[in-house]
Amino acid sequence: MSFPWARQYEPQNGFMKWMDEKLPLPRFVYNAVGAGYPVPRNLNYMWNFGVLAGFFLMLQIVTGIILAMHYAANAEVAFGTTEHIMRDVNWGWLMRYAHANGASFFFIVIYLHIFRGFYFSSYKAPREMIWLLGVVIFLLMMATAFMGYVLPWGQMSFWGAKVITGLFGAIPLVGEPLQVWLLGGFAPDNAALNRFFSLHYLLPFVIVAVVILHIWALHIPGSSNPTGVEVKQESDTVPFHPYYTAKDGFGLGVVLIAYFAMVFFLPNYLGHPDNYIEANPLSTPAHIVPEWYFWPFYAILRAFTADFFFIPAKLMGVLAMFAAILVWFFLPWLDKSPVRSGHYRPTFKKFFWFGLIPAMAVLFWCGGAPAEEPYVMLSQIATAYYFLHFLVILPIVSSVEKTKPLPNSITEAVLGSDN
Amino acid sequence: MIRLISILVGLGFTAAVLWAFGNGAYTAVTEGMGERTAEKAFHLHPHAPEGGYSFEGPFGKWDKQQLQRGYQVYKEVCAACHSLKFVAIRDLEQLGYSEAEVKAEAASFQVPGIDPNTGEATTRPGLPTDNFPSPYPNKIAAAAANNNAIPPDLSLMAKARHNGTHYIYSLLTGYADPAVYKNEAGETLAEAFPATMPGTGLHFNPYFANLNLAMAPPLNSDGQVTYAEGNPEPTVHQMAEDVSAFLTWTAEPTMVKRKQTGWPVLGFLLFASILAFLAYKNIWAGVKPKKAG
Ligand code: HEC
Ligand code: HEM
Repeated sequence: MSFPWARQYEPQNGFMKWMDEKLPLPRFVYNAVGAGYPVPRNLNYMWNFGVLAGFFLMLQIVTGIILAMHYAANAEVAFGTTEHIMRDVNWGWLMRYAHANGASFFFIVIYLHIFRGFYFSSYKAPREMIWLLGVVIFLLMMATAFMGYVLPWGQMSFWGAKVITGLFGAIPLVGEPLQVWLLGGFAPDNAALNRFFSLHYLLPFVIVAVVILHIWALHIPGSSNPTGVEVKQESDTVPFHPYYTAKDGFGLGVVLIAYFAMVFFLPNYLGHPDNYIEANPLSTPAHIVPEWYFWPFYAILRAFTADFFFIPAKLMGVLAMFAAILVWFFLPWLDKSPVRSGHYRPTFKKFFWFGLIPAMAVLFWCGGAPAEEPYVMLSQIATAYYFLHFLVILPIVSSVEKTKPLPNSITEAVLGSDN
Repeated sequence: MIRLISILVGLGFTAAVLWAFGNGAYTAVTEGMGERTAEKAFHLHPHAPEGGYSFEGPFGKWDKQQLQRGYQVYKEVCAACHSLKFVAIRDLEQLGYSEAEVKAEAASFQVPGIDPNTGEATTRPGLPTDNFPSPYPNKIAAAAANNNAIPPDLSLMAKARHNGTHYIYSLLTGYADPAVYKNEAGETLAEAFPATMPGTGLHFNPYFANLNLAMAPPLNSDGQVTYAEGNPEPTVHQMAEDVSAFLTWTAEPTMVKRKQTGWPVLGFLLFASILAFLAYKNIWAGVKPKKAG
């Protein structure tokens, strides 16, 4: 589906004509990311991050497959095989650092992509399905990254796995048997390491499948844009190629500079030194922390330090941590505003910049800090705001807010007149 | 309806977390925020030796002379207790030793082997393809010889601690007498935290995470190792600096190659991004008018 004025694919020569009749793959590509896909002309740089996420997904798959050729998922040797990759495999150190920092950059890019969605309420009709699939992707990414971090079998791998799988133990009645079943034992060991490797290899391909659905769903209404006004006429759009391929190419260059600066000059900056110590079930690290991209949710988990009526603190923390992501599924129906873009929603915009963003910053910061004061109290305030923001403030503000007048069309927003 | 449920759920989570906050705040007010522990009062952050190291910074290079000295310190002092199990002896060639020298070095270590006639476990002289062995046959022997603490493998030590290179240097030079050593507040450990005074076989060191470790100061007198002519004086500080440099190399022998590869990659990407930017501006030239108004 596309707009009526979308350019039509015309095979350029005999071979392409032949191809078009037998397998219209070039036509498909032309309509998906070529000149046959009209896109709003006013997208800003926040709209680069979807393509960048796709790039990092591919990079993770390529570097991951190469690493898997030299890695062995056996608790006796896993740590040694990662060191073998770092020392003896040709360019192995580059593959490993590229994969580890690639995961971090994938999350940086995805967080920006998601927060673009929050600000411009990209989740609103008719794009609910794109959003729902996006949240599924995010959950899959978290599972994949968590299991990947276990594979080198360092101290943080082991203890991270133990803490996170231990969360299932908080579920009443079935918790402990469930935890043992998930791990294949009472603590992470060979059985757990093997299944984590198996799933860590599988899930990225599941993500690829969901990304295809995500982009398919995107192509039905087409991209939104910074005004949130829907496309009405041909002058509102430009063909994806060459306009956005060029812009995305430039964006990719800038992000790759930052990424390779990390890979080559600060490859361990985002990691934890304890993961260069081989896993030792008998020695607990002083501070067990997950990778930085889990910190906000880890902070929420640890914010619930007191039993709440009949609900034990640990269970409350686990519920809140999952709920913190699951609430995103409901946003399309919680946000009642007829206007999408935060630019035209003055009250919403204030809550976004002075509420949600600082709360997220505090959660990021406290999630990586030891579970001591003042971090615990700070994350409690930020957690309270987080839930209030999505579940209370957003539904109320979006129903009562007086929004600013919208431009008649994208063309008017860009050119000043509607033609 | 959905929004009503949402508001109730939201208020529920908020109430639960504020309840926890209230409990925490009450404790903080009645009992004060966080205890003052010996670790907090005495622990020091690692620092670099004067002049730093040649391999630091984005253009850093190994100082092979220094790495050779560091290797000598490792071999003559640390190897009595610590292995380097991820480092192959042949890699010493990267430090500037010749093939024959590496063979001789390898042969000076005893590694586990099997008697070809009886099949019994024995030891044999090392080969360049072997890794640096552990001086102990197993963990129990290692613990028994060291007051129950196992000397950790040092291959990755420089990456396994925050600021590892500086940490090793600071640890080796930072031993102090807890009876007289004063922290910033001017207290001695004996006055402030008598319970934390090192027990038998433990040694006070403010750089170590919990202040008392089982390793006696391994570098304790100037000239403990004799350096070849043309090298600096082997003071304790010099030896500590050299062995920290060597252990940085064992932790990541590819570090300098990594940085050297980085520059052309970044240069190429910068060039490509400038071209991409010009292409982008060029393609959009007809479409993007100057902002109206
Ligand atoms: C007599 C045996 C012995 C010698 C010689 C020795 N060490 Fe140790 N080392 C130990 C023991 C035992 C530990 C464990 C201490 C503990 O955990 O309390 C240790 C721990 C360490 C640690 C880890 C500290 C930490 O943060 O966990 C480093 C680094 C270290 N040694 C470096 C060296 C260096 C460098 C040398 C040579 C200059 C050396 N050691 C010589 C026995 C020794
Ligand atoms: C593997 C991860 C992902 C990939 C490869 C990916 C890819 C893309 C691409 C290429 C676009 C179009 C370009 C753009 O608008 O930036 C897009 C749009 C979108 N994505 Fe994602 N995405 C991913 C994850 C997510 C996640 C986790 C969410 C939200 C939870 C999400 C929500 C959206 C939404 C709402 C849009 C439409 C935005 C609009 O049109 O304004 N995506 N995605």
